[in-house]
Amino acid sequence: MQTNRRNLLKIAAAGAIGSALPFGFAGNAFAANKRIAMVVKNLGNTYFDACAEGAKQAAAELGGIDIIYTASTKPTAEEQIAVLDALVAQKVDGLIISANDPSALIPVCKKAAERGIKVISFDSAVAQEGRIMHLNPSSTALIGAKQVQMIAKTLGGKGEVAILSAASTMTNQNSWIEAMKEEWKKPEYKDMPLVTTVYGDDQDDKSYREMQGLVKSFPNLKGVISPTTIGIRSGAKAIVDGGLAGKIFITGLGLPSEMKDYVLKGACDTFAIWNPIEYGYAATMVLGSILNGADAGPGKTVKMGKKGEAMVADNGEAAMGEPFVFDKSNVEKFAKIF
Amino acid sequence: MMPALLKNRDVLLALIVATLVLLVGLRAPVFLTAESLVSVLTDTSFLFMLALAQMAVILTRGIDLSVAANLALSGVMVTLAARSMPWLPIPVVLLLAIVIGAFFGAINGALIAGIGIPPIVVTLGTLSIYRGIIFVVAGPTWLTSKDMSTAFLDFPKSTLLGVPSLIVIATTVAAAFAYLLSQTQTGRGIYAVGGNPVAARYCGIDLSKQQFLVYTMSGAVSGLCGFLWASRYGIAYTDLAYGYELTVIAACVIGGVSVAGGIGTVRGALLGALFLGVVVNALPVINVSPFWQMLISGAVILAAVVVNARAERRSGKLILPEARRAAAGGSAV
Repeated sequence: MQTNRRNLLKIAAAGAIGSALPFGFAGNAFAANKRIAMVVKNLGNTYFDACAEGAKQAAAELGGIDIIYTASTKPTAEEQIAVLDALVAQKVDGLIISANDPSALIPVCKKAAERGIKVISFDSAVAQEGRIMHLNPSSTALIGAKQVQMIAKTLGGKGEVAILSAASTMTNQNSWIEAMKEEWKKPEYKDMPLVTTVYGDDQDDKSYREMQGLVKSFPNLKGVISPTTIGIRSGAKAIVDGGLAGKIFITGLGLPSEMKDYVLKGACDTFAIWNPIEYGYAATMVLGSILNGADAGPGKTVKMGKKGEAMVADNGEAAMGEPFVFDKSNVEKFAKIF
Repeated sequence: MMPALLKNRDVLLALIVATLVLLVGLRAPVFLTAESLVSVLTDTSFLFMLALAQMAVILTRGIDLSVAANLALSGVMVTLAARSMPWLPIPVVLLLAIVIGAFFGAINGALIAGIGIPPIVVTLGTLSIYRGIIFVVAGPTWLTSKDMSTAFLDFPKSTLLGVPSLIVIATTVAAAFAYLLSQTQTGRGIYAVGGNPVAARYCGIDLSKQQFLVYTMSGAVSGLCGFLWASRYGIAYTDLAYGYELTVIAACVIGGVSVAGGIGTVRGALLGALFLGVVVNALPVINVSPFWQMLISGAVILAAVVVNARAERRSGKLILPEARRAAAGGSAV
């Protein structure tokens, strides 16, 4: 009986392998669609949902590409690594990452590269050794300069201005603030001094409180630049609640859907952001061309479909374009989109 | 010898808060204006209410870690309800928020009182579950000011006889807790089951009834704060008040509420909340790094626990007259 059973098992096993083989081939033939995973900071974020929307548009335009849009529920590096590990195990063809930590993701990104997975980052960069290239929405200098220009236009170049940032440790915030200060050195801003920089930690209650603190500490304050979507909306709410709309103006980087009310109530004249749909689209277009064999190394030019081309700098980063400015005239239209 | 008044920890804490306010006022006189002090109180209203509800829970030797998650969930649900039924008057929306919060609080209460699972485990679980449900009910989108009516958004700005609505509500909640805890049999029962559960049982006080009540109340207050939070900041999403439960518990501990149960006063919890409220509101005004804020609240929590531990240490009953005399001479307590 025992031998019999063993033989039976062998036959069954051989049969299984035999039948699996054709399936394997068939599977390869069907797997013509390449899979690109877009891994963002956390789920439940309108901004990234819009990016994913753009990625899907790019996939449709390129053809033969499936987009997997995923993330952890919490914006931490540990949880993001777990998500990436799972995707590497599934052997997707490409990864587009918005990193929760630039260095912590290097090992998992290297592992992906070893398995032939093409890795690029967008929004928040993975350190250079972990990715082929990073696509910035705009250049740091353009983003910084734009925000100073916006508040100068609103205030007519006169009055005290403060910066309401997110956390004092965030790389992108600090580099934008540096770029703003660079722009501020120009003589046309001499009557518009920067009085202070405060941090709202990207929490609604803390940002609101910091805004109230600014109003108390600087009675002559006329304008605030908040280069963070949470800071600008909480700051704008504090301005409206304090009855200061029309006296103090906030500008910065915000989402039209969140800022619409405050623009209409006069707490915010103009604000800017890149279009996240276009951003997700451009990043996917770049990865698509890399999957088709394009070189995206430093000094090379990458194609972004209808968004044109971008030059990859020596640090492996490229910029999509200028930030897009919103005001009373167009905010309602875009509020419906993102 | 210290004046007897200073030995009262509430008086001491009140003095510390007053000193803090004056010190900040020295550096930034604008902080001492009536308008500014009212805005500190308005901002701290959330903490006042949540700390009181948390205190009732802690009095029964429990803990409610799900308050901030419940706040976020109730905030999102009530915002959704108000969006789909814009004709709802704000008082009804407010009542609805309380009911939703109380429902989720009652789930905690049922699991703890009915099945007898330890509170820290239950509320740790529901903390994640409640934040998770937000995804289920609201989907991945954020509810922002465009999803809220003007009446909804303007509620925190409204005033009653010149007093901001948030302060009015917080005062009402505080008065209700003060009455409940000190004037009613239920209130005394809450203290009793935390102070000495065995003795309370012998007296015929039902532990599970008290537990169910305090978790439901805690939920109701979270729900109320959920609506207020969403309308004040014009946003409702998963990360609303993320991690705020720890601030609430810190306010209780600083206010002299014993985590071992049975000890704590409404006055103490309010002062503890006020202390944290003053710290977080003062630092932006005097341009102090946010890390100092964490360091200061941490140090104060530890100091408060040390003071509490000394006050709570109950000496065993001394039988020998010599020992009693020695103890009476050696210690003032």
